Amino acid sequence: MLAFTRWQTILIIAICLIGLSTTIPNFFSRQAVESFPSWLPSKQLNLGLDLQGGAHLLFEVDTNAVIKDRLEALQDDVRNSLRPKGADRINFTRMRVQNNAIHFDVTDVAERPRALEAVRTLIGNTGSGFNPGAPDLEVATEGQSGIVVRMSEAAVAQRKRAAVEQSIEIVRRRVDELGTREPSIQRQGDDRIVVQVPGVQNAEDLISTINTTAQLSFRMVDLTASVDEAMRGRIPPGSEVLEAVDAQGGEPTHYVVRKRVLVSGDSLVDAQPSFQDGQAVVSFRFDSAGGKRFAEATRNNVGRPFAIILDNKVISAPRINEPILGGSGIISGNFTTESANKLAVLLRAGALPAPLKILEQRTVGPDLGADSVTAGTTAAIVGTIAVLIFMIVCYGWFGLVANIALIFNIALMMGGMSLIQATLTLPGIAGIVLTIGVAVDANVLVFERMREEIRAGKSAIAAAEAGYTRVIVTIIDTNLTTLIASGIMFYLGAGPVKGFAVTLTIGVITSMFTSVYVTRLIIATWLRRARPRTLPI
Amino acid sequence: MPVQFIPSDTKIPFMKARHVAVIMSIVMSIASFWLVYDRGLNFGIDFEGGILVELHAEDDIDLTALRSGLGELGLGEVSIQTFGSPDDILIRFQRQEGEQEEQKTAVDHVVAKAGEIITSKITVRRVEYVGPKVSDELVTGGIIAVALAIGFSMLYLWWRFEWQFGVGAALSMVHDVALTMGLFAVTQLEFNLTIVAALLTIVGYSLNDTVVVFDRIRENLRKYRKMDLVELIDLSLNETLARTILTGISTFLVLFALLIFGGDVIRGLTAAMIWGLLIGVYSSVFVAAPVLPALKLRRETFDETAKTDTKP
Repeated sequence: MLAFTRWQTILIIAICLIGLSTTIPNFFSRQAVESFPSWLPSKQLNLGLDLQGGAHLLFEVDTNAVIKDRLEALQDDVRNSLRPKGADRINFTRMRVQNNAIHFDVTDVAERPRALEAVRTLIGNTGSGFNPGAPDLEVATEGQSGIVVRMSEAAVAQRKRAAVEQSIEIVRRRVDELGTREPSIQRQGDDRIVVQVPGVQNAEDLISTINTTAQLSFRMVDLTASVDEAMRGRIPPGSEVLEAVDAQGGEPTHYVVRKRVLVSGDSLVDAQPSFQDGQAVVSFRFDSAGGKRFAEATRNNVGRPFAIILDNKVISAPRINEPILGGSGIISGNFTTESANKLAVLLRAGALPAPLKILEQRTVGPDLGADSVTAGTTAAIVGTIAVLIFMIVCYGWFGLVANIALIFNIALMMGGMSLIQATLTLPGIAGIVLTIGVAVDANVLVFERMREEIRAGKSAIAAAEAGYTRVIVTIIDTNLTTLIASGIMFYLGAGPVKGFAVTLTIGVITSMFTSVYVTRLIIATWLRRARPRTLPI
Repeated sequence: MPVQFIPSDTKIPFMKARHVAVIMSIVMSIASFWLVYDRGLNFGIDFEGGILVELHAEDDIDLTALRSGLGELGLGEVSIQTFGSPDDILIRFQRQEGEQEEQKTAVDHVVAKAGEIITSKITVRRVEYVGPKVSDELVTGGIIAVALAIGFSMLYLWWRFEWQFGVGAALSMVHDVALTMGLFAVTQLEFNLTIVAALLTIVGYSLNDTVVVFDRIRENLRKYRKMDLVELIDLSLNETLARTILTGISTFLVLFALLIFGGDVIRGLTAAMIWGLLIGVYSSVFVAAPVLPALKLRRETFDETAKTDTKP
């Protein structure tokens, strides 16, 4: 056990030196590290949000809403297909969206084949093209007189997946627009999105920027019914009552607007905040198709008001004074400079395909983070010094050897974490500090064994040899069991537990290396040079 | 010259006390479970869901005034406690009815109200919100993690040693977890996600200790084939005593440093680990080891040379 080949020696020393060098960037400021020559390691420890301050947000994409929206839109088409122009209409009852399907009953069972035919033709026309080969929608009969239009499982899954992916993309664009430093946006599980933004003070603003759906539409105001009548339930078919965006206090205003969308936010190519008559507004530009539709709609409706609607709330309902032919316009409303800017950001990034629900939010202010770093570092330094002194008191020269290994161990841990860019959290610091305490365990085992062997009458070299040989099995067993626990923590743990598990795992691996190889190399070299007759232990 | 704290030839008859110790351990474990059931754990928002706001003021805070002021907001039960120093407070309240907007309004109201009551300048240091779905998952995740850690370690020891060792280690781990939860039930310290990490570390450390003792027992079983099992376990415990205590002290030193200097956020984590360290050392001596004779560990398995040792 005490003999090392030249290559082993070189390898051990090389690993130690690499470990030391990878910790160097952590002793300099970020700016200083960026000016390092390229051959120097430049990766610093990746501090978690609890240490550098920032916001951690967990959202869930409401994927069921996507399916429901799609089926509800289809429901209108189905309804229309049963009332064809120039043919007899088919009467039906109880049309509803339920469990990824549209259900309805045909009043006259004899009409069912015709209804089936009509719906099939409709679906052939709408063909969604998500799954070539397999139909998205299946039409079947159910019960005595029922017909069901069911979205296939594959299509449901496909649409949900697409909605999540699209949501991530849009969230990314929105967060990037805010210009914060190094945001991280990741998918978690099937339908969740984790957003981590360092250095954010006000998470509420960030959250509302992220989870505003931002579905913009331009629709005509329905002048055939008064708002009062409509509020009492007499809404003209094809119209609905919408609230206005909250003005400051007071009763909310309502509008009766047509359901038909003239142009939607999908057609926008740009939106910018600007000013008109000293008032903050958002100016926008349509793509060519949207511009044409908008031009036509405004030409046909000069003199009448249209509504600009964001997420089912009316921002404003200006009168069309003249046709708007240039494909661009402005949205005015009760905007402040900030809210105009925010709306422009949302419109540029696009609408979310589904609502996002916030499940978890953790915001840490930057000074709390800085305090935690100071506290953690102080604890680590004090703890390390205490262990160093303790080892020298217990084992003298051998304690010094163990201490050298301990210093290398700390360096390797920090270096390893910098290298793989594992996130260091506050519990992670606790993990490092704990590892420092436990790391000497292997050496204590070896040294105690040496003492036993000396008492049993063995020579210095034989005792040293036996110390390592006998104990190696124990060291492997103890460390493997710790690795089992930390591995489980890593796979099952959330947030802080994971950070703790990462440092613990790295710590176990590096401490096995330093306390077995590094101390053994030093002791073996010393035995060869000094040739002691007794071990000073 | 090094100081030898633990004499090399201790002959402490640990196993003599094993019946008393085992009974005590069982009583303590049951008492802990009962305490957890009866008094409950003071779950943090990780496990219970809710909203937490940490505020820092430039002067000491009048808690009574703040308590009655925030109580008037109608947010349900609002708990306020100082966090480390009298100018730093944690405000906790339940998740509000409604969606995101309602949660945001509640936080705004709390911060505004606190600003009115506290005369000095305040800063919001931390805001956490955990929804009911996530907190349920965290509870399940935590329980599964602890159970799996115990299960897998037991299997590992079964594979490396004998099933009796696996069972002994598992029992001592259950004991450690139970007593740590008991501590949290008694002290009503906040039980949050980091405490689960502490539990797993305690399990890991205790296991470390147990494995060292078991390794020595296995070695001695091969060495002294005639020795009585109980006597042999005592010998092994004494032989590893110095290591058990020295590693324990060195770990305690760093944990103590962490407790004093590590700040308030991880104080609960550190307290749990220190307690677990003590319990873990106790349990490897008085829970894991006595299980071996109780489970009738068969010695022949360790007589590797037995087959060739034919008597004349």
